[in-house]
Amino acid sequence: MSVVTSEGPEEFRVGMLWRDTRYRSYTFQIIALIAVMLIGSFLVTNIVSNLRDAGKDFNFSFLWEPASYDINQKLIEYTSRAPHWKAALVGILNTLLVAVLGCVTATVIGVFAGVLRLSKNWLISKIMSAYVEVARNVPVLLQILLVNSVFIGLLPKPKLSDPMLGGALVATNRGFYIPSVTTEAGSWLVFLVFCISVVGVFVLRRYAKRQQEQTGKRLPVGMLSLGILIVPALLAFFAAGMPLGLEYPELKGFNYKGGIHMRISLVALWLALSIYTGAFIAENVRAGIQAISKGQSEAAHALGLRSARTMRLIVLPQALRIIIPPMISNFLNLTKNSSLAIAVGYMDVTGTLGGITLNQTGRAMECVLLLMAFYLVTSLSISAAMNKYNHMVRIRGR
Amino acid sequence: MQGDKTNVAFVAQNEKPALPAPVTTTGPMGWVMANLFSSPLNVLLTLIAGFMLVYSLPDLYQWAIAKAVWSASSYDECRSLSPDGACWAVVSERAGQFTYGFYPEHLRWRPNLAFLLLLVAIAPVLYKLPYRSALLAFTAIYPLIAYLLIWGGLFGFEFVPSDKMGGFLLTMIIGCTGISFSLPIGVMLALGRNSNMIFIKTICVGFIEFIRGVPLITLLFVASTLLNYFLPKGWDFDLILRVLIMVTLFASAYMAEVIRGGLAALPRGQYEAADALGLNYFQSMRLIILPQALKISIPGIVNTFIGLFKDTTLVSIIGLFDPLGIIQPILADPNWNGLVVELYVFVAAFFFIFCFAMSRYSMYLEGKLSTGDHR
Repeated sequence: MSVVTSEGPEEFRVGMLWRDTRYRSYTFQIIALIAVMLIGSFLVTNIVSNLRDAGKDFNFSFLWEPASYDINQKLIEYTSRAPHWKAALVGILNTLLVAVLGCVTATVIGVFAGVLRLSKNWLISKIMSAYVEVARNVPVLLQILLVNSVFIGLLPKPKLSDPMLGGALVATNRGFYIPSVTTEAGSWLVFLVFCISVVGVFVLRRYAKRQQEQTGKRLPVGMLSLGILIVPALLAFFAAGMPLGLEYPELKGFNYKGGIHMRISLVALWLALSIYTGAFIAENVRAGIQAISKGQSEAAHALGLRSARTMRLIVLPQALRIIIPPMISNFLNLTKNSSLAIAVGYMDVTGTLGGITLNQTGRAMECVLLLMAFYLVTSLSISAAMNKYNHMVRIRGR
Repeated sequence: MQGDKTNVAFVAQNEKPALPAPVTTTGPMGWVMANLFSSPLNVLLTLIAGFMLVYSLPDLYQWAIAKAVWSASSYDECRSLSPDGACWAVVSERAGQFTYGFYPEHLRWRPNLAFLLLLVAIAPVLYKLPYRSALLAFTAIYPLIAYLLIWGGLFGFEFVPSDKMGGFLLTMIIGCTGISFSLPIGVMLALGRNSNMIFIKTICVGFIEFIRGVPLITLLFVASTLLNYFLPKGWDFDLILRVLIMVTLFASAYMAEVIRGGLAALPRGQYEAADALGLNYFQSMRLIILPQALKISIPGIVNTFIGLFKDTTLVSIIGLFDPLGIIQPILADPNWNGLVVELYVFVAAFFFIFCFAMSRYSMYLEGKLSTGDHR
C-alpha cells in the first residue's frame, strides 16, 4: 500500500498562468481585454484624426436644419421645409407601416401555404412546395424589383384603369387607390363605445371560464362576443348621426383624387416581402404541426373531444410553442429586409435618414449611427418580448 | 350416401382467382381518387388549383418559350419579331457582362480557370474521394491561387482592378469567401458565447446581437462610406474587400447562433464524458463536441450559406455590378431600354438553381451523416 502525501498549498509559478485551468481563464480574458482596448483606441484615434483632417465634427445639430426634400408617401404632415428629424420620423413610420402590413399578410400566406403543404391533396401540396422553394431560393431584393417592374409594366394608366370591387380598389401605374375613412364630429362616441365593447368581451370570457369551471356548462362565447362588439357600436353609429364614412377614389383629370393613395413602390415592397417571408413562415408552420405526435390527437379523440376542439385545445397550443419563436424572428427579418425599400424608391428610414439626409448633409457617421440604433432598438425590444414569451410557454421540466 | 363430389355444383374444385380490385382503388384511377378526390374539400381544392394552372401555365409557356425571341440585336427588333413574347435575346447578347462584369475580355480565361479549380477544391470537402489529404492541401492553398488568378498583379499576370469585376463572378467571389470564412468565425463566436469567461462571453454576445440587430444594407453603407474613417490615412481598402469583410462578419454572427443551437442540443453527458476522459478544452471540442454539434446544425448552416448567397445581391445598392447591378448599365443602353422583367427572371433563375442545389445537398448530407439515432 502506497501512502499519498499531500504536498500542502502549491506555490504559484508563472507557467501556471497558461497551464493551470484555475488561472488560464484570467490570462485569456486579460489578453482579450487588452486587445479590445488596443483595437478600440486605434479606431477612435483614427476617427478623431480623420474627422479633423476632413474638417468635420461629430454632432447631431443637422437634425434641426430644414430637410428641403420631399417625401411622396407619408403618414404624418410633412413638407420639404420640415427639419431632418421629421424626415427621419416619416421614414421610421413608413418602415413600421410596411413592416406591420407585411407581417400580417406574410402570416396569412405562411399559415395557408404551410397547412396546405401538408394536405393529402397531391396537386395542392405540390403547388405549395413549388411556391415555398421558389420564394425561399430567390433573393428578396430581386423579388421586390421584379414585382415593382411587373406592376409598372402591366398596370394601366389612370385614364384607362378599371376600378375593381365596386370602386373600392383602383390599380394604376401610378399606384393603388383604396377608400379612406372620413370622420366627422361625433365619431369619438363610436370609438369610445367600441373600446368599451372590447373590454366587455374580455370580461365575458373570464366570466364564461369561471362559469364552466364551476358548473361545467359552456356559454356560447363566440356569438355573444361578436354581438357585444357589433351591436353597441352600430347603435352609437346611428345615434351620433352616422359620423363615419368612406371616401372613394375618383378619377379627376389625369389622376385619381380622394381615398388613400398607395404608391407602386409601397405595394411592391409589401407584396414581395410578404411572399418571401410567407414562404419561411410556411416552413415553420409545417414543421410545428408535424412535430406534434399523432398520439396527442389520438388521446384527445379517446377523451371524446371532437376534431375542431382537438385542434384548438390540444394540437394548436403545442404547435404554437414551436411555431411562434421562429415566426417572430421571421417578422424581425421582414422588418430588416424592408430596408431594401431604397431599391424601389419607397421612402423608409433607410431612404430618408440613410439616403437623402446622409447625402445632403454629408454626415455619414451620425446618420448611419442613428439608422443602426433604430434597427437595433426595434429588434432588441422584439427579441426581448420573445424571450419573455418563450419563458412563459416553456415546458416546466422536473 | 356416396355422392360424386364433382356433381355438387356449388362446391368449388379449385381456389377461385381473386377478383381484380375495384377500379377506383388501384392503378392511376386509384391514385387519382386517393390523392386528388378523397373528400369534398379535396375535390374543391383540386378544381380550384387545376383551374388556376390551366388558366396561367399556357400563357406563361407562350410568353417564356413558344413566343420568345432568342436572338435579336435590340428590344425593338424583339418586339417586331414577337410582340408578346419574352425577349431572351438580351441575355445571350450580354452573357459576357452577366458572367464577368467588365472584366477584360482577353483575360477571361483566368476567372474561368479559377472556377474550374474551385470545383476541384470543393470536391474533397463535399464528397469522400481518393487521395483526400492531397486534395485538401490544394483546397487550403486555393484562396491564394484564386486571388492571383482573378486580380493578378504578380508573376506576370496583368493586374485587374476591382471595379472591373461584376456579374456572377462577383457573386461567386463574395459568396465563396463569405461561406468559407464565416463558418470558422461563427464556430469561434459560438464557443465564446458559451464560454464561462465573462469578458469573452460579453464581447461575443455584444457582437452577435449587434450584427443580427441591424440590416445588412446598413453594414454595407458602413463599408462604402464610413470604413475609411476608421482606418489611418493611406490605408485605402478596395471596395470589394470592404464588402467581403462586412458580408463575412454578417454571416458569421448568424452562423454563431446556428452553431450555438447545435451546442445546446448536445446532451450534457457528452461534455462530462469528454472531461472524464481527461481531454482538455480544445481536445474535447475538436474530438467530441464540435463534430456532433456541427452535424446537428447542418440544416441551419446551409440555410445561412443560402442566405449569404442571396444577400450578395445587396451589393448592387452600393453600386457594385453583381448580376442585379449589371442590369442598370444594360437598361441604360438605348438598344435594350424598356425591357426589365426578362433580366430579373434570368437572374432569379440563376439564384434559384444555386440555392436549391445547396439545400438539396444539405438534405443528402444529413442523410449520409445520420447515425441512426433517430427514428
